[in-house]
Amino acid sequence: MAWFKRTDTELEVSPDTKRVRTEGLWVKCDGCRQVIWKKDLEENANVCPKCDRHFRIDARTRLELLLDPGFKIEDTGIVSTDPLKFVDVKAYKDRLRKAQAETELADAILNAEGTIKGKPVVVSAMEYAFIGGSMGAVVGEGITRAIERATFQRHPLVIVSASGGARMMEGVVSLMQMAKISAALARLDEVGVPYVSVLTDPTTGGVTASYAMLGDLNIAEPGALIGFAGPRVIEQTIRQKLPDGFQRSEFLLEKGFLDAIVHRRDLKDYVARALDFMAA
Amino acid sequence: MATKAERELENIEKHIAQLEAAAGDNQEARQRLSALHAQVAQLRRQIHSQCEAWQKTELARHPQRPYTLDYIERIFSDWSEIHGDRSYADDPAIICGMAHFHGTEVMLIGHQKARDTKQKVYRNFGMPNPEGYRKALRAMKMAEKFKRPVFTFIDTPGAYPGLGAEERGQAEAIARNLREMARLRVPIITVVTGEGGSGGALAIAVADRVLMMENSVYSVISPEGCASIMWRDPSKKDVAAEALKITAKDLTELGCVDGIVPEPPEGAHADHDAAAALLDQTLLKHYNDIKGLSTDALLDQRYDKFRHMAQFFKEEPA
Ligand SMILES: [Zn+2]
Repeated sequence: MAWFKRTDTELEVSPDTKRVRTEGLWVKCDGCRQVIWKKDLEENANVCPKCDRHFRIDARTRLELLLDPGFKIEDTGIVSTDPLKFVDVKAYKDRLRKAQAETELADAILNAEGTIKGKPVVVSAMEYAFIGGSMGAVVGEGITRAIERATFQRHPLVIVSASGGARMMEGVVSLMQMAKISAALARLDEVGVPYVSVLTDPTTGGVTASYAMLGDLNIAEPGALIGFAGPRVIEQTIRQKLPDGFQRSEFLLEKGFLDAIVHRRDLKDYVARALDFMAA
Repeated sequence: MATKAERELENIEKHIAQLEAAAGDNQEARQRLSALHAQVAQLRRQIHSQCEAWQKTELARHPQRPYTLDYIERIFSDWSEIHGDRSYADDPAIICGMAHFHGTEVMLIGHQKARDTKQKVYRNFGMPNPEGYRKALRAMKMAEKFKRPVFTFIDTPGAYPGLGAEERGQAEAIARNLREMARLRVPIITVVTGEGGSGGALAIAVADRVLMMENSVYSVISPEGCASIMWRDPSKKDVAAEALKITAKDLTELGCVDGIVPEPPEGAHADHDAAAALLDQTLLKHYNDIKGLSTDALLDQRYDKFRHMAQFFKEEPA
């Protein structure tokens, strides 16, 4: 736990100093509106120590939290060839290059092989910072390879989703990834290998409507936005504001679509426990 | 609403008709007019073959376009509809039922749109709720149990993005269908007849043969939706339609569909009987191609098709 504790009064800073200090050392929590020391946040797995709000984390950090040390990264260097030569106000090619530079990843997916509390697993973690974690041909191929590896090695599969859904700039190519991945999951299911789907903030669109909802267990972090249609699209359709908490993890649990909501600090223990149950 | 070019052609045809009336028995004038008739027909064919993506979208959404029941009536016999998902409701946006296809018992599943306002609301504009997808899956499982092939008809703007749909697990319903269709142990043939609206279309379209009618579209998002997100301007829908590559020709080039079903020269909306006859022939050809396969071969081919579909990436050394 944090070795540097501060009282709330010490956090009452003037707006001016706050602006300076938030650059780097401090972050404001969207959950409790309090200003937290960034180091406290990082040491708490990027969960607000005051209100338990789960901040988004990158794919690499996710693997480090979930896997035992010494895991191996797989399937790197798969890059989109921009099948539609898509250009909107910007060229997709340029969007890709920018995202690659910012995340140091080839696309929105990071695969690994490793162990969770000594149990061998195949893990696929999505990178939300890469074009909203959207799923194009590279994400589709990456996830499918992870599923095939799990199928071949008979090692349990864990996919951690964080995605706005299909990647529009790859059009129907992105849509077909849903079929490809789901077909691979059918084969994984046939051989009886466990699959745990972990849904994190946000998991929407074509990702929810394919692999994220197909786990033997579907578990989510608290407060994650999870749904098929985006909240704005629904509001436009029904012409009214959505109720508070709509499409959040707690809502999905209540409606019967999640097996559990698990705090980030307990996630590794939970998955390990589930794998014990599901082991042959 | 008819497309703009189509309306202009109609105007020209009206003029020709007026001139014909005025021409009386002037043989030269009559000959010229009949040449003009031929020219109009030729132009009409050209417009349709060179139709841009947005025009195709308008044709795919044409209010006179045949809907699933229009095709069922013309191609199949002994149609017996089955209702309900056995868990929540019957969704009229998807219809399922038993029918005969050239002497074979088959299961039919399709989105259903409607023409008048009351019926449109009843069919929810062809936008299914989760129970529609669950009903479809139930029908497919029944077909599997009794070893009957499945034919699906795609014509939807998309799965319904409503409050209740989310509460009842739209995403879960679609996801489950994708996985179960991939391993369904009977032949599946799909035809996109009108709009192939994203996951709401794909949820009944994981098939051994996926065909597209000449003037249908299949897309991950509507051109309007794409325009408002990417261009922040819904009026850019024609540009978005073009960029998204949504026509039957585009999807064939991308390797995402297995064939194109020809339509009558003026489009399926202009002649339902002719459109149905052309679809009937194409369905029969594809069904004959796959009906003799063993279940294992069928499932392997289906898997390999989707496994290797849309692989637009390159591998760089790490
Ligand atoms: Zn907080």
